[in-house]
Amino acid sequence: MSKTYFTEDHEWIRVEGGTATVGITDYAQEQLGDLVFVELPETGKALAKGETAVVVESVKAASDVYAPADGEVAEVNEALASDPSLVNTAPMGDGWLWKMKLSDESQLDGLMDEDAYKKSVA
Amino acid sequence: MSVGNTLKHLPLEAMHEEAGARFGAFAGWHMPLTYPAGVMKEHLHTREKAGLFDISHMQLFAVEGAQAATFLSRACPLDTAGLGEAKSKYTVLLNEEAGIIDDLIVTRLGDERFMVVANAGNAVKDEAHLNAIADGFEVTVRPLKRVFLALQGPEAEGVLIGAGLDLSDLTFMTAAEPRQNWFATRSGYTGEDGFEIALPPEEAPAFAEKILADERAQWIGLAARDSLRLEAGLCLHGQDINETTDPASAALLWAIPKRLREEGGFIGAEALRRIVSEGAEEKRVGLKPEGRQPVRSGAPLMNQNRETVGRVTSGGFGPSAGHPVAMGYVAKALAEAGTPLIAEVRGNSVPVHVHPLPFTPHRYHKG
Repeated sequence: MSKTYFTEDHEWIRVEGGTATVGITDYAQEQLGDLVFVELPETGKALAKGETAVVVESVKAASDVYAPADGEVAEVNEALASDPSLVNTAPMGDGWLWKMKLSDESQLDGLMDEDAYKKSVA
Repeated sequence: MSVGNTLKHLPLEAMHEEAGARFGAFAGWHMPLTYPAGVMKEHLHTREKAGLFDISHMQLFAVEGAQAATFLSRACPLDTAGLGEAKSKYTVLLNEEAGIIDDLIVTRLGDERFMVVANAGNAVKDEAHLNAIADGFEVTVRPLKRVFLALQGPEAEGVLIGAGLDLSDLTFMTAAEPRQNWFATRSGYTGEDGFEIALPPEEAPAFAEKILADERAQWIGLAARDSLRLEAGLCLHGQDINETTDPASAALLWAIPKRLREEGGFIGAEALRRIVSEGAEEKRVGLKPEGRQPVRSGAPLMNQNRETVGRVTSGGFGPSAGHPVAMGYVAKALAEAGTPLIAEVRGNSVPVHVHPLPFTPHRYHKG
């Protein structure tokens, strides 16, 4: 059974068995516009909560995506190297950014669920 | 980005809202950045069909009087005597050090009448500068209240004819006054054939609607305007050129006739002559990053020994080019096309090489 959290920085985090999959929300991709490049971290990299994990670049600007908790990068979405527009077309599906092994899942306590997030951007 | 009450608003703002524009601040204006199609499609649409841009943030000045021509040849390195009626020229306003205060399009409308188009962010500064010079001349510099629209792309001429405005007699960098208080040039900021049309604000909504009724035309935002001009190798003042860059370093000497550079007479002439004879230390060039990662304004450029040799002044992704595109300044010895350099982006080294400008060929209607 997975659980999905949302941050004020417009990221989503889907947690299953201590591993989190992270991406940006539909609202975020819409605000950014067409993405042309995604800078992904190395697998195995240690991330601290709040640290920049990924940089997504639109035609016009670069934006940081932060690690929602401490942990270690387990996998990155290699498909984005050749097709960054997946983040625009399927931000919560094929456009996921990276997976990380969480050090302390309780760091996610207090984040929004989908309903609360949707209200926050409505 | 501050979006306060201090921002100026476009007369056609309601039309942009209706079209679903996303707005942002630019040069003190609340501007449409993108429409629902998105920057990529807007950019490509302009190159394939016709893109309509609201550029009313730019300032038109009517320069009129018995000494209008001599005044403009003092203010700009511009041969007004050789500028025929209805002809437009790209030029610059220089300070005494030959730094670029602004870049302009100047059009001769008559013996004693000119139209000057200035950048939004520089309009106030330009007006004060021009008025200070005008003191010794029989001339007036009058800012005009206009809606200013650009229609750019291969279908622009046909769309305008459909909208009741036949400008097919114009060739690139020529102008007309098709109706009272209207002004049109065949020019633009995309590298494509196209027109820029100024008209009274009260007539603008109906005219814009006629253009948009044609399925070949659609609104294009500022984001695509920027990617289009960057691919076309055109400078953005405040970014690629400013008061500390001169026309020689900026690779804009083509806009200043050699005879004028030798004879002088315009503000900044002596400094420019000195820079040209000594040789500019750096030069504006196109830059093509390898791979897909864009390099952007502010990124330092290094040579193979990791010594800083320049900087990126504009950068992003070129939707028509299909790869990242940039421009910047490099030491003169490294300005040759093909020279490999390294751009530093967030601590990463991105290999780039000097690339000829433009990235996409100009398709002007030269007649």
